[in-house]
Amino acid sequence: MRIDGKGLIDRKTALNFRFDGRSYTGFQGDTLASALLANGVRMVGRSFKYHRPRGVMTAGSEEPSALVEVIERGQQTPNVRATVQELHEGLEARSQNRWPSLRYDLLAMNDLFAPFFGAGFYYKTFMWPRAFWERLYEPAIRRAAGLGSLSGKHDEGIYEKAFAFCDLLVIGSGPAGLMAALEAARAGADVILAEEDSRMGGRLLADTVEIDGRPGRDWAEGVLAELDAMPNVRLMTRTAVTGAYDHGTFGALERVGLHLAQPGERPRECFWRIAAKQAVLAAGALERPIAFADNDRPGVMMAGAVRAYLNRWGVASGKSVAIFTNNGDARKTADELTAAGIEVAAVIDSRPDAPALGDYRLYRGAQVTGTHGRRGLEWISVRDQNGERRVEADCLAVSGGWNPTLHLTCHMNSRPVWRPEIAAFVPVDGAVPGLHACGAAAGVFSTAGCLEDGLRAAGAALEAIGQKAPKIAAPKAEDGAYDISPLWVVPGERRAWLDFANDVTAKDVRLSAQENFRSVEHMKRYTTQGMAPDQGKNSNVGALAVLADATGRGIPETGTTTFRPPYVPVSIAAMGAGGRAAGFAPQRFTTSHEASVERGAPMIEAGLWYRPSYFPRMGETDWRRACNREVHNVRGRVGVCDVSTLGKIDIQGKDAARFLDFVYTNTFSTLQPGRVRYGLMLREDGHVMDDGTTACLAENHYLMTTTTAAAGLVMRHLEFVHQALRPSWDVRFISVTEQWAQFAVAGPRSRDLLNSVLDQKLDPAAWPFMACGAVSVSGVAGRLFRISFSGEHAYEIAVPARYGAALFRDLVARAETMGGGAYGMEALNVLRVEKGLLTHAEIHGRTTAFDVGLEKMMSKKKDFIGKAAAARPGLLGAGREQLVGLRPLDAEREIGAGAHLFRKSDPAKREFDQGYVTSACYSATLRSWLGLAFVVNGRARHGETIRLVDHMRKTEVLCEITDPVFFDPEGEKVRG
Amino acid sequence: MAELLATSPLEGLVPLSAGPFTLSDAGVARITSVAPFAGKEKAVSAALKKAHGLAFPAPNTVISKGEARIVWTGRGQAFLIGADPAPLAGIAALTDQSDGWAVLRLDGPEAERVLARKVAVDLRPAVFGEGAVVRTALGHMMSVILRAGAGFEIFVFRSMAHTAVHEIGEAMRAVAARG
Repeated sequence: MRIDGKGLIDRKTALNFRFDGRSYTGFQGDTLASALLANGVRMVGRSFKYHRPRGVMTAGSEEPSALVEVIERGQQTPNVRATVQELHEGLEARSQNRWPSLRYDLLAMNDLFAPFFGAGFYYKTFMWPRAFWERLYEPAIRRAAGLGSLSGKHDEGIYEKAFAFCDLLVIGSGPAGLMAALEAARAGADVILAEEDSRMGGRLLADTVEIDGRPGRDWAEGVLAELDAMPNVRLMTRTAVTGAYDHGTFGALERVGLHLAQPGERPRECFWRIAAKQAVLAAGALERPIAFADNDRPGVMMAGAVRAYLNRWGVASGKSVAIFTNNGDARKTADELTAAGIEVAAVIDSRPDAPALGDYRLYRGAQVTGTHGRRGLEWISVRDQNGERRVEADCLAVSGGWNPTLHLTCHMNSRPVWRPEIAAFVPVDGAVPGLHACGAAAGVFSTAGCLEDGLRAAGAALEAIGQKAPKIAAPKAEDGAYDISPLWVVPGERRAWLDFANDVTAKDVRLSAQENFRSVEHMKRYTTQGMAPDQGKNSNVGALAVLADATGRGIPETGTTTFRPPYVPVSIAAMGAGGRAAGFAPQRFTTSHEASVERGAPMIEAGLWYRPSYFPRMGETDWRRACNREVHNVRGRVGVCDVSTLGKIDIQGKDAARFLDFVYTNTFSTLQPGRVRYGLMLREDGHVMDDGTTACLAENHYLMTTTTAAAGLVMRHLEFVHQALRPSWDVRFISVTEQWAQFAVAGPRSRDLLNSVLDQKLDPAAWPFMACGAVSVSGVAGRLFRISFSGEHAYEIAVPARYGAALFRDLVARAETMGGGAYGMEALNVLRVEKGLLTHAEIHGRTTAFDVGLEKMMSKKKDFIGKAAAARPGLLGAGREQLVGLRPLDAEREIGAGAHLFRKSDPAKREFDQGYVTSACYSATLRSWLGLAFVVNGRARHGETIRLVDHMRKTEVLCEITDPVFFDPEGEKVRG
Repeated sequence: MAELLATSPLEGLVPLSAGPFTLSDAGVARITSVAPFAGKEKAVSAALKKAHGLAFPAPNTVISKGEARIVWTGRGQAFLIGADPAPLAGIAALTDQSDGWAVLRLDGPEAERVLARKVAVDLRPAVFGEGAVVRTALGHMMSVILRAGAGFEIFVFRSMAHTAVHEIGEAMRAVAARG
C-alpha cells in the first residue's frame, strides 16, 4: 500500500513488471521488494529446506528470504534479492523453490516432517548403504532443498572487469561516509566513494533524521552535489565493496545494466579491483532479528526496513503494525508509522523498564511468543507478566539491536571484539592495514556521532598519506544514547528461526551443542547456519548467542565464525568477465593463416597458435589421405610448411658464445658464422628442458630457435640464467619470433623451388646441410637455414613478417606446379616420427638426455646447466626407460600414444609396466604404423616383441622394439 | 620475379570506433630494439644524442625529438622508433622489431577508462602523463603502453593483433555504452 506524499520514488514514471506471471505496476525508484509490498504481495518465496512461505524481511543486500529468479531473454538469474533488484519496465521475476506454484507447494510437506529434518539429519539418516548416497539420497535432497535454479545454458551476457585507483576509498555513503569523503575531497585527495545502493545517503534515505536543521536527505544531497563537482572525486553507486585484500586492494561488484530495461551494450555487472592507499569503512550496521516461534512468517520484518519502505518508497508494510523490540529504536518506528497514518497495533518491548513515549499500546517486559496467519501474518501472541494475549497485526516490525557491518575488517583474519554496552561486536583498530572503520560500522549509533567519526576516520587516513586535513566542523544532529537490553531467543517449544535463508532454528543450534559440536565453527558446519547467500549477516550473532547459552559460555568466549570475502554474492561471470569461450586465452595467428583457411585447412591450437592440421583436396575422404599425400609430397617432391611459431631468440654480445655453452649441453663456441647446430638444453635438475637449432649469424650474434610451446619457458630460463647466475656476462637477447615469418621448404626439389624465388640461385657447395646465411627474396632481405625436421633435403626461409603472407602463397603455388604443396601438422608429425626426431611428447619434462639417447651431447669438456644433476644415480643406466621405436608385427594394426607396454607373458597391470608410447602415426612412406616409446632398458632390447595395451582405446597390439630412426638412418637424404 | 606485397597486422581490423573512442593504426614505421652492451650505456646515450637528439631512457619513460622516439621497454632495453639505429652499431645489441608488433592508437575523452578494463596499471594523466610508458599485461597479452597526447599507443605482438583489437573494442563499447 502506498502512502501519499512520501518516498523518493518518481510517481510520474509508472513501471510495469511481472511476478510469477502476474502483472503489477510500480514506480521509478522502486526495488522489486518495495513494488511487491506496495502491491500487497507478501509471500514471495519458499524457504530452502522446509518450503515455508516467506516474504520480504529487510530493505538491503542482506535480505535472506525474498530471493527470486529474474528472467530476461536468454538469461535466468537465480537468488536475486528482491531488495536489491531495481524495478524497470518489463522486469520479469518469479519465486523459487516451489512446485507446482508458490501458493501450493507440494514439498511444503517437508515442514510437517521437520522433526526428522533437523540439523545433521542428512549425515545421520543417509549414511547407509554407502553406495546410495551418491545415486539416490543426494540427488533427491538436492532437488528438495535449493535456492533457485540455473538455465543450464552458457551465460552469454556482457560482463566486465576493471581496475581503479585512488588515495582514499570510502565504503558507504551514510552520514559517516559522506563526512569522510567530503573531508578527504576538500583536502585534495583522490577519492572514490562506493555505495552498494542505487542512491547515496545510507540511513538518511530510510529515516527521518535532521542534520543542521534540515532533513538528512537534503543535507546529503548538498554534500553529494559538492563532491560530484570535484574532479578528484569519483562517485560509484550500485557498487558493493566485496573484499579487502593485500596492499590496499579491494574487490567491488558494480551493477551496471541490471537495473535497466534497455541496457544496450552496457555490461550487466562489472567486477572492480580498487587499489587504494587508504580506506574508510562506513558501511553502517545491520539490524538483527529476534528468534521467536514462527518468526519467519511473511509480514514479520525488520523494524528498520519497515521505516525504510515508509520513508524511501512511500510503502506501508502493513495496515496494522506491531513492533517487537529490545531497544530504544522502537519509538522511532512507532512515531513514524503513526505520523504516516498507519495503525500501530502495539509495541512489545522486552525491557521491563521501557519508557512509554508515544500514543500507542506498550507491553513492557513482554515478548512475542508466536505468529499466526495462513500465508502471511494475521495476529501474534504476546506474553508479559499478566499472561498471554492476542494482538491483531498484519505486520510485525522486529528489532533485536544492530550489528556493525564490520565484515571487511575481518577479511585478513582479524576477529572483532564484543562491546557489551551495545551488545554487538565491533572491529578492532588496524584489522586491515590502512582501513579505518567509523560510524555505525564501528559501533557509533547516533547521527551526530557518525558525522564526527567520519571526520576522524578521514583525518587519520589523510595523515597516513601525508595530506593535511582541512578544518571542517561536523554539522549538528541527533545524539541520543542507544539503549539496548539483549534478547536473542524467546523461550518456547515451537521452532524459532535464526537463519532464514538456510532454515536453521534455535533448536538446531542447541542440538549442535548437545551433539558436541560446540565450537562456533563446528556449529556453523553442523547446522549450515551462515552458509546461505546472506552468509549469516542476519543470523550470525543470534546463533552464537544461542550457542553461548547452550554451552554455558559468554558471547565473547564463544566468538564469531570467520567473515570471508565476498561481502555480497558475486557472480562468477563478473569475476571471469571476458574469459568465456575464445576469451579464455589470446589467439595467435601466423601470417599464413588466411591462406591456410582459404585452402580448407582445419586449424588446430598449438600453444596459443593456430596451425593447419592438413590441407584437404578434392576427393580426399578423410584427413589421413590428405596427410599421406602431404608426406609423399615431401619425400618425393617438395612441401611447404609455416614454422614461424617456433620460438626465435636473437642473442648478441661478446659473451654470447660462452652463454650458449652454459645453457646448452653441447658446445656452441666452436660454431662458425654461417653455420647451424642442434642443441639440447637441460633444466637445473638434469632433465631435458628443450631442444632446437641455433644459428651463428655473425661473430657474437646468434639466433636460437625453441619449440613452439616452450618459447616463453626458454626465454624466461635465459633471463634467469643471465640475471641470477651470470649477471656479469655481456650478452643481450630479445625474442624475434614475431619479427620473422619462416617457412620450411622440404623435399628433394626444395632447392629448385627456392631457386625460383631467390634473387640469386643457391650454390650447392656453399649451402651444405646446417648452413645458414642472408638471402634476397624479390628484393626483400631474408634469411635461409638449411635445416630439416623431416629427414629430407630441406631449408627454412625467413622474411620479415609483413611479407609472410605473400611469400607463403607464392611458395605454395610454386610447390603445387612442381607436384608438391603445403603440408600441415599431421604430415609434419609423420615425417618427424619416421626420422625419430623429438618433440615435447618425448621431452615431456621427466626424461633425461640419457633417456632420449642424446647423452653423448652432454659435453665432458665444459660446465652447463643441469650437468651435475644429470649424473645423479638413478638418472642413468639400464633401469631407465629409454627411447625406442615401435613397429606393430602386423603393419596395419593401429597404435596410439598413451598406450602402455608389457612383456608378452605378463598381465597388463601397473606393476608389470615396461614403458609407454609417446607418439604414433601411420607412415605412408613405410606403409606401417610406427610409434616412439620409452621402454625399460630399451636400447638393449631392439628386436624384442612387446605387448602394447591401450587401456583407454581397448586395443592390444604386438610390436617389435626397434631403433627410433625408421627412415634413412644414415641421413643420406638430408645431406644430399 | 613477383614482388612480395607487405601486409599490415592490423589490416581489416582497424579503424574501429565506439561512442567517443577510436582505435586506429598508430602507423609506427620502424622499430629497433636497443640493448646497450655492458658498460656502454653512456656511449649509447651520447650516440643517440648526437644522431637523433635522444638519450637512453630511464625506466618507464619515453624520449622524443621530432619524428624520432626512444621508448623504454625493459631491463637495459629500449625501442628506437622512427630513426636509424646505425650510429649505435657495436655499442648496443640492435634487433629489428618493425614487423614483430602491431601498434594501435586509442583516442577519446579519458581514454584510460577503456584501458582500465584490461590493464591493472593506473593510467590516469596525473600519474601516467606525456612521456610515460609501461610494459604490462593487456588482458592476457604482453604489451607496451605509452601515453600519446590525450590517448595511448599500445604495442602488442603481431600475432595477437586480432585478440587485442577485439578486447579493446569490447572495452570501448562497454565504456561508451555507460555514456
